[in-house]
Amino acid sequence: MLLDAVDLSFAYHRGARVLDGVSLSVPRRSVVGLIGPNGSGKTTLVRVLNGTLTPSRGRVLLDNTPVTAMSRRDLARRIAVVPQETHVTFDFTALEIVLMGRYPHLGAFALEGPDDASIARKALAATGTAALEARQFATLSGGEKQRVVIASALAQSSDILLLDEPTTALDIGFQFEIASLLSALNRERGTTMVVSTHDLNFAAMLCTELVLLKAGRVLAAGATKDVLTAANIRRLYDVDADVTFHPRAGHLTVVPLARTD
Amino acid sequence: MHGRTDVRRRLVATLAGFGALAVLVCLLAPLVGSTSIHLSRVFDRSIPFADNIDAQVFFIARLPRVFAAAIVGAGLALSGVVFQALLRNPLAAPDTLGVSAGATLGAMLALTAHADFTLLGISVVPLTSFAGAVGALVIVFALSLARRRGTSSTVLLLGGIAIAALLNAAGRFIQYLSDVTDTFRTVQWLMGSLDVGSYAPILASLVPFGLACIGFVTLPRVLDLISLGEEAAEARGVDVVRTERLALVSASLSTGAAVSLGGPVLFVGLIVPHIVRLIVGADHRLVLPASALFGASFLIVCDLIARTIVAPVEMPVGIITAIIGGPFFLWLLFRGK
Repeated sequence: MLLDAVDLSFAYHRGARVLDGVSLSVPRRSVVGLIGPNGSGKTTLVRVLNGTLTPSRGRVLLDNTPVTAMSRRDLARRIAVVPQETHVTFDFTALEIVLMGRYPHLGAFALEGPDDASIARKALAATGTAALEARQFATLSGGEKQRVVIASALAQSSDILLLDEPTTALDIGFQFEIASLLSALNRERGTTMVVSTHDLNFAAMLCTELVLLKAGRVLAAGATKDVLTAANIRRLYDVDADVTFHPRAGHLTVVPLARTD
Repeated sequence: MHGRTDVRRRLVATLAGFGALAVLVCLLAPLVGSTSIHLSRVFDRSIPFADNIDAQVFFIARLPRVFAAAIVGAGLALSGVVFQALLRNPLAAPDTLGVSAGATLGAMLALTAHADFTLLGISVVPLTSFAGAVGALVIVFALSLARRRGTSSTVLLLGGIAIAALLNAAGRFIQYLSDVTDTFRTVQWLMGSLDVGSYAPILASLVPFGLACIGFVTLPRVLDLISLGEEAAEARGVDVVRTERLALVSASLSTGAAVSLGGPVLFVGLIVPHIVRLIVGADHRLVLPASALFGASFLIVCDLIARTIVAPVEMPVGIITAIIGGPFFLWLLFRGK
């Protein structure tokens, strides 16, 4: 296993437990989806996996090393994170944003060299944003921004990508674009991914495995075709849904029908 | 825009350009004034210093003031850059976190109490105003220790505004109780003056300013990353908490040094970083040194105008900085649109 979470519990300052005994395993080259209703602990789990939050119980192992024992810089070379949305305060260009991904590989005073620039340009090309490199980040559309942020994560040259609801702010066109971009990255570069999402069809299209979270606990986990079932969706969301294999899409599709009570 | 990747080349060009401007301004500003002097005579080694009026005017009467303007301008501009990046707010300035308000209150207390003795050759007003700045920093620092993840910049911003309001209220109350002469002296101090009189206060302010600069040197790249958000910075390998504390301490020391030397000169800390960003872009490895150099040059020129425009009377330099800085900033903002 590349990334292992063992019996994680976490509570925010004096709050209720957000994670309660969560365990999950992320095999190398897999795409693991985290799905669950609002407040089920997906974002918190991503933060704990990334070492940003320290669990109150349990631990996260990266190649059998606890992430809490690693320096931020070492961790950033192994795990990159794509947040839901990125707001940038100043007028950085897309290329400048991507170059920031090189930070964990450079000393505190080192300036980026030609190698860093070429890694950044390759990341822009891989996300189809090469033409945007000189544009100011703030002037890009939502989909363009997210692709540039993914490029910045790629420039980190890490072997794991953690994506927290990467398509929430995007229309279906961009959702497809991000899904096929991530699939291609997984296929061609072997990048391991953990993706939290509300979009079950996006998860069905992209993820090899799913972890179903409800109220901070794992409801079910396993191969997508085994756990993405009408019964599990009912338990997870209290929603009655049809789950069928769609021959033209080539994966399972979920059609929500009604709320159950 | 191809050249924007080449950070090294841009850094050299930026340092050379803004550095040349600063040196030029430092050399030319002391030549202007009621007594006209010539640079060639100032540096003429054949005349003994005691007989060289030009050298005396240059080195004794005018140069200290130019150096004071340079330190105050650079100190305020550097703090402005750091506060704006740290709080991810383009409207942040040295005043935002209550540091200027603390310094002002400290100065007011000394002015009102007629404490005009000196300590180690430094008069009391700069000392108390520096103490006020550090006091405000301690409160802000306590706030940052009690931070909650993800909201710290908002907490700091709101906390700083609250502290500034509180300290300003205390200052106003002291002013209300004091007599007209004291009030006038306070108002004068508030508008900023760089008439330091000797090199002693400059040397004293170099201690906190130098310490601040040691902190600033480590900051540029992490400030870039922090402008993407704390979590994004952390995910790219930045120790955000340590960085924020170092940045807060450095910027506060720098503000304290500047304000205790020249008073809370308006506008420099807010506007200089923006002008510099419009010229060199957003990269803090360029913005930070360029702001120091441009802040120094800008304030030297403003002070030159302040002491010559209605000579023999002097204008408060804070008024000049606002009159020049405001329209210039607006022009930069709206040019070509």
